[in-house]
Amino acid sequence: MSHESLDDQAFVEQVRDQMLSFARSQLNHEQEAEDVVQEALAGALRNMERFAHRAALRTWIFTILRNKIADTLRKRYRNLESDSYDECNECGDGDDSWFDDSGHWQAQHKPNSWQGTDQQALSDDFWRIFDYCLNHLPAEQGRVFMMREMLELSSADICHNLALSTSNLHVLLHRARLRLRECLSNHWFEGEHHAEL
Amino acid sequence: MLNCEQATRLQSDAMERPLSMREKMALKMHTTLCSACRQFGRQVGTLRDLTRQYRDRPDQKD
Repeated sequence: MSHESLDDQAFVEQVRDQMLSFARSQLNHEQEAEDVVQEALAGALRNMERFAHRAALRTWIFTILRNKIADTLRKRYRNLESDSYDECNECGDGDDSWFDDSGHWQAQHKPNSWQGTDQQALSDDFWRIFDYCLNHLPAEQGRVFMMREMLELSSADICHNLALSTSNLHVLLHRARLRLRECLSNHWFEGEHHAEL
Repeated sequence: MLNCEQATRLQSDAMERPLSMREKMALKMHTTLCSACRQFGRQVGTLRDLTRQYRDRPDQKD
């Protein structure tokens, strides 16, 4: 595997700057921002040799960063709301419900067939949308989806790593797939896809 | 009879573990009648392929 793009110091520095400004905007705290960036970068770089493609690596790094930021915010507020915090509050989608009360598809979320995954999938426009959709998964869903599908870690490894039960992991993956599928449908497969992303 | 939420959960789980014979039969009965879940079942596999292609495609000039 080629390492030339990944060992690129300039790339790492550029990503680090983007991470820092994002973390500062979320945390409003310089020291905490630097800490989460450091941790996220260290964590992400351990797996960097698996990524041939920089945009994919950047997406992965930001997913880790969003999780670290969420952890930090959680710690910050834990004292205030220690009782109300639900262990798996990111398992669900909150505002999105894909299914009605009887468990059937809500009309607007119903999957239709995808055409031309073979040829269209290869265009740069498509990959930009794919990147956008991965980036817009809720952080926890994005992290497990990418650990599973980009790093190809086993379910058991991911559960061990994140201290998740198998059933929580499977819920998260199910949610991530529902959401990613719908995002690709809306922005590409069923949309007027030369979208304004 | 499975509902769509349960059926898609099994389709997603099938990417993670082998389904039991009973689960497979229940899923088959559901997807025979439900085209939306049939699509979902195809698309979870496509998502896996696309994600790996995305990871492995050669770098573009930034």
